[in-house]
Amino acid sequence: MFGRKKGEIMTYDVAIVGAGVVGGLIARELSRFNISVALLEKCNDMAMGTTKANSAIVHGGYDAQPGTLKAKLNVEGTALMPKVCEKLSVPFKNNGSLVVAFSESEMEHVKVLYDRGIKNGVPGLSVIDRDELRRIEPNISESAVGALLCESAGIVCPYELTIAAVENAVVNGVEFIRNCRVQSIEQNGDYTLKTTAGDIKAKFIINAAGNYSDKLASMVGDDSIDLVPRKGEYYLLDKSVGGLAVHTIFQCPNEMGKGILVTPTVDGNLLIGPTAKNIDDKGDTTTTSEGLREIVEKALKSVPTVSPRNAITSFAGVRAHPVCDDFIIGWCEKSEHFLNVAGIESPGLSASPAIALYVREILSEKLNLTEKEHYSDVRKAPVRFRHMNDVERAELIKKNPAYGRIVCRCETVTEGEIIDAIRAPAGARDVDGVKRRTRAGMGRCQGGFCGSKVVEILSRELAVPMNEVTKFGGESKIIYERTK
Amino acid sequence: MTDFDLAVVGGGPAGMAAALKAHEEGIEKIVILERAETLGGILEQCIHTGFGLHYFGEELSGPEYAGRFIKLLADTDIVVKTDTMVLDIASDNTVTAVNKTDGLLKISAKAVVLAMGCRERPRGALSIAGTRNSGIMTAGTAQKYVNIYGYMPGHEVVILGSGDIGLIMARRMTLEGAKVKMVCELMPYSGGLTRNIVQCLNDFDIPLKLSTTVVATHGKDRLEGVTIAKVDGNLQPIEGTEEYVPCDTLMLSVGLIPENELSKNAGLELDRITNGPKVDEYRETEQKGVFACGNVLQVHDLVDYVTEESQIAGLGAAKFIKGEKISGACVTTSGTNGVRYIVPQRINCETDADVKLYFRVGAVYTNASIVVESNGKIILSKKKKKLCPGEMEYVLLKKDVIAGLPKDSVITVRVEA
Repeated sequence: MFGRKKGEIMTYDVAIVGAGVVGGLIARELSRFNISVALLEKCNDMAMGTTKANSAIVHGGYDAQPGTLKAKLNVEGTALMPKVCEKLSVPFKNNGSLVVAFSESEMEHVKVLYDRGIKNGVPGLSVIDRDELRRIEPNISESAVGALLCESAGIVCPYELTIAAVENAVVNGVEFIRNCRVQSIEQNGDYTLKTTAGDIKAKFIINAAGNYSDKLASMVGDDSIDLVPRKGEYYLLDKSVGGLAVHTIFQCPNEMGKGILVTPTVDGNLLIGPTAKNIDDKGDTTTTSEGLREIVEKALKSVPTVSPRNAITSFAGVRAHPVCDDFIIGWCEKSEHFLNVAGIESPGLSASPAIALYVREILSEKLNLTEKEHYSDVRKAPVRFRHMNDVERAELIKKNPAYGRIVCRCETVTEGEIIDAIRAPAGARDVDGVKRRTRAGMGRCQGGFCGSKVVEILSRELAVPMNEVTKFGGESKIIYERTK
Repeated sequence: MTDFDLAVVGGGPAGMAAALKAHEEGIEKIVILERAETLGGILEQCIHTGFGLHYFGEELSGPEYAGRFIKLLADTDIVVKTDTMVLDIASDNTVTAVNKTDGLLKISAKAVVLAMGCRERPRGALSIAGTRNSGIMTAGTAQKYVNIYGYMPGHEVVILGSGDIGLIMARRMTLEGAKVKMVCELMPYSGGLTRNIVQCLNDFDIPLKLSTTVVATHGKDRLEGVTIAKVDGNLQPIEGTEEYVPCDTLMLSVGLIPENELSKNAGLELDRITNGPKVDEYRETEQKGVFACGNVLQVHDLVDYVTEESQIAGLGAAKFIKGEKISGACVTTSGTNGVRYIVPQRINCETDADVKLYFRVGAVYTNASIVVESNGKIILSKKKKKLCPGEMEYVLLKKDVIAGLPKDSVITVRVEA
């Protein structure tokens, strides 16, 4: 209903810049109201920045200092998360977390975290001794002396959450515009955003640009946002060792963050990492041999049986560490209708559902928000063949034979699911997009067998030649010209 | 539920040969379940020659080699279901599979032959630092793009790993007009066949850099270059030897892994070295009536040996179905001193045929002996001019020699330099 026509520049009520988990959930929240919303994303898909490469943890909320936005929104967000995931049909697992102490002095720190957590209003906290720790986390190192147990913590897949939120927003009328990098912003009355996808006009701008939120703010003269890009590297291990950790296992935090964790993922893999290194280049998501070594060394301290031999991939993400050490959410001082949602580092994922509500609250100070008559906050669950029983499978294939062809052998993903992912609202446009939506190519062969099949299906569905299909947009072509 | 005497999982060279052999032995109801749209397995994309020298005594391309078996199959009443993926093999040998036309299939079989082949080790398993851009693919994936789809996967290529597929692709890409800059090999020797090094690298002046690996990948969207480095005796990169090589494609040929997810789910224990099930001389696994052959059992160098092995498994399955298969006290086999593994892992003492013990060595040896020993007695010794890890070797044990061994004894095979 708010679609752009060719040649005509419409003015949106709100342009959200950045389709990470924060921008995605804000878009979903705003789609409830009678306003026009555009969600602008510089990449070929949503969830391409910090959102796609982090620890995927829903934190309890005992880390942040009481009274900070981080503390408040973490605790609120974590409480909201199970319900949001249920509505969006995104798997969430309430596996609980542990902060493990390896000495009596660390045990003291655990108690500090406990007290802080109680102050922050974190439910389900307790300090446990060595025996209890071994009982609930059998593979924990012999040298662990005790831990903080947080039963309210959990795990969620951050890009799945974002994809689902954006899909839901789009169904409710939000326009998702890809490959739309904001280059400059002009203001005379409304804003005109000059982007790589053309000019876009909006009455309000919400800055959810992640690592680039400082740059975006400076386009309206606001140089107050001070971010340090901080890189974290990870190893993802095969599902065969996914059971090595039951809880999310942290070590005692330091000034650079929460240290190296060992955690199961909602998909059953084991994730270890991250390192924490301040870097100059925000776009630097390279892994390093030192970083990968460090992860293993430190992870071994928690779980001695972890081995990089089971690695199926390694990756790195860059988080926007705010120098002020708290989330920066509020109206920009230099531009009246520009709302900053910046510096969202950990626990940003946990806080994201609460951030969306908080931003809506702030926006309503200046923009009249009336609820739509027709709105649904539910996103229908995509077909997941691998989770079905034989009867359901037989039924499904009868309805649509495309579900009878397995494309990804390692993760048991059918052609039908891949087609669904491409045809979905704000659907996949590239190989990695299909992978994030369906897990095709996510398994132990890492797309060795199904990669070319996925390219073929994308080519057919998007009606482009195979050699125009990319891995993740831009110049990330997979194949070149025809052979002679 | 459909009843068959024999269900063969996989319609590559292994599955086809096993099914044909069982048919020849009089087994009537046989089904082959193949996940691809055609029979032939990986041979379909191997359009180079070099297949069949041992088995047919002539040099064929991959599709030609497969074609001979496909033709033989067409003249039988063996049921072939392509585009069909097996999801599960239960302990009572019920096979669950899925395809577009039948939907969910339940097949009850007296015997099952596992012939799922192998997959290539991907990049993630190597922990190469750097970016995760496009242009990094296994050599087999690249081969599929060139030979099946008819697209160029790259223009300036570095190949990591000198396995046979890597070597074949070095030549293939060169013939298609790409510049193959080098093949890097972590080990001090190549993992491929000597004839492939000569015909695919030397003939095209493509350098083979031994004891060299890729330590980092570079580029934003598409690969722009790699950093290579020399490695020391512990295979660790040596600082200061790094070299940047511009390229748009990195092809990986760094090992093959038998595809045993179904076997593992079925509860079969895998050999730690071969990553395949443990089998007896007829390739029967530790689960009664379940046989395994081809690359799912052990990664082979030549398809001819896959055929030979699969005929043994097909014969074994036929004997099992007819109730003629011997299954009693066994001797076990073990590789030591340079011999990495032995297939089969056990042999029935009362076996009715001579048995070939297949193995690979862990390093290059010249003028060495292969020594087979049991209970302190040397059974057999065989001189070899050259032994390389890239080539499968075997020794033949006569059935009366095996019969003379006490049960539960161990046959060891070793290299004596």
